[in-house]
Amino acid sequence: MNLHEYQAKRLFADYGLPVSVGYAADTSDEAVAAAERIGGKAWVCKVQVHAGGRGKAGGVQLVDSIEEVRSFAERWLGGRLVTVQTDAEGQPVNQVYIEACAGIERELYLGAVIDRSSSRIVVMASKEGGVEIEKVAEESPEKIFRVVIDPYVGPQSYQGRDLAFRLGMQGNQVQQFTLLFNKLIELFNKLDCSLVEINPLVITDEGDVHCLDAKINIDGNALYRHDDLRSMRDISQEDEREVRADGFGLNYVALDGNIGCMVNGAGLAMGTMDLVKLHGGNPANFLDVGGGASQEAVAEAFKIILSDPNVRAVLINIFGGIVSCATIADGIIAAVEEIGVDVPVVVRFEGNNAEQGSNKLASSGLNLIASSSLVDAADKAIEAAGASA
Amino acid sequence: MSILVDSTTRVICQGFTGSQGTLHSEQAIAYGTQLVGGVTPGKGGSEHLGLPVFDSVREAVEETNANATVIYVPAAYCKDSILEAVDAGIELIVCITEGIPTLDMLEVKARIGISDARLIGPNCPGVITPGECKIGIMPGDIHLPGKVGVVSRSGTLTYEAVKQTTDKGYGQTTCVGIGGDPIPGTHFVDVLGLFQQDDATEAVVMVGEIGGTAEEEAAEFIKSEVRKPVVAYIAGVTAPPGKRMGHAGAIIAGGKGTANEKFTALEAAGVRTVKSLADIGDALAEVTGWE
Repeated sequence: MNLHEYQAKRLFADYGLPVSVGYAADTSDEAVAAAERIGGKAWVCKVQVHAGGRGKAGGVQLVDSIEEVRSFAERWLGGRLVTVQTDAEGQPVNQVYIEACAGIERELYLGAVIDRSSSRIVVMASKEGGVEIEKVAEESPEKIFRVVIDPYVGPQSYQGRDLAFRLGMQGNQVQQFTLLFNKLIELFNKLDCSLVEINPLVITDEGDVHCLDAKINIDGNALYRHDDLRSMRDISQEDEREVRADGFGLNYVALDGNIGCMVNGAGLAMGTMDLVKLHGGNPANFLDVGGGASQEAVAEAFKIILSDPNVRAVLINIFGGIVSCATIADGIIAAVEEIGVDVPVVVRFEGNNAEQGSNKLASSGLNLIASSSLVDAADKAIEAAGASA
Repeated sequence: MSILVDSTTRVICQGFTGSQGTLHSEQAIAYGTQLVGGVTPGKGGSEHLGLPVFDSVREAVEETNANATVIYVPAAYCKDSILEAVDAGIELIVCITEGIPTLDMLEVKARIGISDARLIGPNCPGVITPGECKIGIMPGDIHLPGKVGVVSRSGTLTYEAVKQTTDKGYGQTTCVGIGGDPIPGTHFVDVLGLFQQDDATEAVVMVGEIGGTAEEEAAEFIKSEVRKPVVAYIAGVTAPPGKRMGHAGAIIAGGKGTANEKFTALEAAGVRTVKSLADIGDALAEVTGWE
């Protein structure tokens, strides 16, 4: 789960990480009030969306008058921000963040991630701050310093000092950074993070270590033990169909093709999309109905697929392991009877109760195209999508 | 021959009396797995499916001499259950449950690393040696005793691969689902090493997917250690970056972990890759010369 910058900074402050004073605003009046409350003569105004690349897209602005704060808020609130990381429509802007302005001497990078190969939290730091860290990792990996956190002993001060010295810090900064490093890992562990990133971490013109940005991703599997974090989810930043699917325990990811796919199992769902593509078609979505799909969930899955106006044909590929093809068939029939379907539907059943499922569909009187194999199913779906386009 | 499990493996089930534990234990017993009991704290001393129920794994091991366990408990309790099994001296721990917090797995992995136990999963279909021992949720009837080792990050995708090797009459030595989580207990390289040492395994099918670098590490390992033909398929060529494709571990992050990178690494290691999951059986026939 992604958090907004203003949410992440609030959590940073809770854990004692140094951030600027700032407030999120839903209206331009609130934005102005925030700036007045912060005081001073200059502010940073930041659009709050779940996407990087805000600065280059005009979503971050340094202003030195209250009027400019107001016009920034008026310009963006209720609008959408398109960045290199969003689609062409961009992300809706429901809040702007108004923050005190910090003088910057140097920009650095600090991030903590879970390293899959070593099964450890790895902290990365670099003197190359404010730029895409993936690019640094690719082009000059020697510029990224790493330390590995032992899950049983936790972060140690020597590790923080080591990074601080390698980042070229001096005097009091070393101690400030070491403290920050320890708190960062404490936050990472206590909030079940999958990523925490401070880009840039800066040395201010007063010589202090300071978090200018804050990015937190939370492990969705751990949300059950974090009521406070669960309420921070902002579904306006997510795809509407993905949110709906999630409510029914379905995994759905929207794509831009025209063949809707309904599959059981994540791997097989990806494999089915790949097969469609390989045979010259374009999948409209990834949809995994899961191992223990109920009739209701299948019906809902079918409705979500059909709510995509680009869908010209539906390919249903089920390898019944735990789930019975007969249950899937009942779900499809229920959905079609409820909402109707005006695109061709190709069905391939294999495994648990495959024959029974096929018989149910055949005797339902619905216009469904049966297929004999996976390849046959993909070809038929592609043909059907072409024919009905 | 086989790897990890066979007809002598003595299995217990943690979460035995729950709905998942009951359903899959029934199927395991019907398949012929030597299931010797189960654990549900608070229900010790009772009987379930004709087998004894114990309050703790320690007690179950003392009474039944079990050397393997399968875990169906809810995700929030899996760390506790896995560590309990490790402490009780169980050699093979298979965790089926999906949705375990990643930080729980970091602690589990650190503990497993300094023990003699092996963890398969979590978020996996389990392990099966056809005709001998089925631990997990895979449908038994698509399997056939034979000569192909199968290792995979996915459930239903494994069934597709298995079915193709069964339809061709090759059969399987053992099929291992290592699971779709970012932090699996056992990696491709571990299973590939076991298949290389197993005389009965004549060829290996490896099914990977986007996310992480486990397939690249497997490619390195195959290049230096594996002398048997390997056919590999990677799911997710069409997956968009930054999106989690169902499995927690199936995500292209920071431009890394794409299917094409993995295909390239495996091809460079001399692995026969297939771009269509329907071609696994045919590719196997090609690289082995089998009829």
